[in-house]
Amino acid sequence: MTTGPLATGSADPDILAVTAAQVVTDPRPRRRQPLRGPRVVLHVFLLVMAVGWLMPLLWGAFNSFRDYDFTAANGYFSFGGFTLENYVDAWQRGEFGEKFLNSLYITVPAVLLTLFLSACAAFVLARFSFKLNITLLGFFVAANLLPPQALLIPIYKAFNEIPLPTWLNSDGELLNSYLGLILVNTAFQIGFCTLVLSNYMKTLPPEIYESAAVDGATVARQFFQLTLPLCRPPLAALATLQISWIYNEFFWATALLTDGDKFPITSSLNNLRGQFFTDYNLLSAGSIVVALPTLIVFFVLQRQFVAGLTLGSTKG
Amino acid sequence: MTAIEGPTAAPAPAPRTSRRRTRRLTGSDRSVVGLMVAVPLLFVLVLVWLPALASVILSFSRWEGFGGLDAIDWIGIENYKNIATNYPPFWPALWHNLIWVVFLFLIPTPLGMFLAVLCDKQLRGSRIYQTSFYLPVVLSLALTGFIWQLIYSRDQGLLNAVLGTSVDWYGDPRVNLWAVLVAFGWKHTGYIMLIYLAGLKAVDPGLREAATVDGASEARTYFSVIFPVMRPINLIILVITVIESLRAFDIVWIVNKGRNGLEVIAALVVQNIVGEASRVGFGSALATIMLLISTVYVVIHLRATMREDR
Repeated sequence: MTTGPLATGSADPDILAVTAAQVVTDPRPRRRQPLRGPRVVLHVFLLVMAVGWLMPLLWGAFNSFRDYDFTAANGYFSFGGFTLENYVDAWQRGEFGEKFLNSLYITVPAVLLTLFLSACAAFVLARFSFKLNITLLGFFVAANLLPPQALLIPIYKAFNEIPLPTWLNSDGELLNSYLGLILVNTAFQIGFCTLVLSNYMKTLPPEIYESAAVDGATVARQFFQLTLPLCRPPLAALATLQISWIYNEFFWATALLTDGDKFPITSSLNNLRGQFFTDYNLLSAGSIVVALPTLIVFFVLQRQFVAGLTLGSTKG
Repeated sequence: MTAIEGPTAAPAPAPRTSRRRTRRLTGSDRSVVGLMVAVPLLFVLVLVWLPALASVILSFSRWEGFGGLDAIDWIGIENYKNIATNYPPFWPALWHNLIWVVFLFLIPTPLGMFLAVLCDKQLRGSRIYQTSFYLPVVLSLALTGFIWQLIYSRDQGLLNAVLGTSVDWYGDPRVNLWAVLVAFGWKHTGYIMLIYLAGLKAVDPGLREAATVDGASEARTYFSVIFPVMRPINLIILVITVIESLRAFDIVWIVNKGRNGLEVIAALVVQNIVGEASRVGFGSALATIMLLISTVYVVIHLRATMREDR
């Protein structure tokens, strides 16, 4: 298996940054080919597909700026009636302010915890050759592949029984608490992050640890002062990816939060539909607002995002 | 997208010999190392593996979910018998999951691979095309279902306006599965394209040149040279496609909570536990069926991923 760039140049610690760059910009020398018959066909095909692909979003964006009365009178195939009113309205009726905060309360701790714990596990798995290492890695990775719905019932029942101090959750139990959601999300993401990070850490030259050990640095110090700073590229890629995944997470939040007021934004979509029932312009504006954070992350950190998505899956 | 999102990399053969020379650890270092691996391990054990095991065990029980653990009746395979013979949504759900996976294999997965091959052709503006195709990947599956309402709505949707029909695409049980599959495929295609494209970029350009020198056509080069070389990635794409079909939940839940034409197994499990329903044993039996199906791809995946490490 010699495909992925990660597999071929395993001694280079900057390899991830390289991979990230390669994904979007082609490393091969560019041969400009003249625009002739088959190429034109290809461009036309790709252009049509690309426009078709963006259509649902563009359609939503377009209508989100239009007045409901205008489209009701003139139909959706019309032009005009532009307004920002839908956004103001959607924000208020959908209680987006609170929902975004809820998403924040879940996403930020879960991402930090996931990255920290995965880095710890990966450090040990990559650095010390226990006999068990492969088994352990398999244990983490396989956990990541199980369908989460299949684990719901025991988790739901257990969370219902586990008491929590009321300052953490006014219901006094782990069910319907942010903490419970953070823990579950973390447990589910650890597998993937550990795999990616341990692959990366294996590419770090072992000599750096040896000299650190000679200088008397403890393992903890080596981890915090050597490994973590060197792992900045994969950590950045994973952070980007995890932020969007946990922000987008729907199932656990829907199932483990019983109180609609606590729902993060992704799980609130259903409530929004009730709020906006026949007004599709309002619904469009709501969709765009919910999509915005991930779209921003995507455009600003596109490289990290793509690297994160592909580094787990393409090397091999 | 809950991603399995492919934890798949096969770790590179690392300079193992030098790593073995790790110095003996002092006592406190030893406990730090132990802690660093034990805490994450505990998370995964307690929140993933134990619940999986508990699902299997509880599937042989009848328990209304209250009255403590001694209120559990052990009833053998009764739940499974009930599911097969006395639970109308089960067979449709299984069938829908099957349609789901077959559909993905027939259209979005090959389409994503095809688009990746085209985007790999060093065209001008290739990045813009790529970006359009994988833009849906960043949106949540729930939001995907939500956005497609604007297309599928009976009275205000784009599709009916274009076709001049008045079909309730999300509501009519004869068509809603297909409507959902198209929306799902919209996202899935981009995801497959992204992963496949990254794989293609890593293929040794020399292979392609050699084939061209030998006079092979582009299609021939792809099918006899590139495709076989991409075997590990093909395997990953296979696993991702199966996983995504089994995990189909968010989008059907957002449309109608998995009823009326959109039954899928994942949704049935949730219906048996959330809200008023509390059929622990019965729901667990459904969950166990999911787990059984998933072991197939987990094994394929682990073998593909871990082989290099042995």
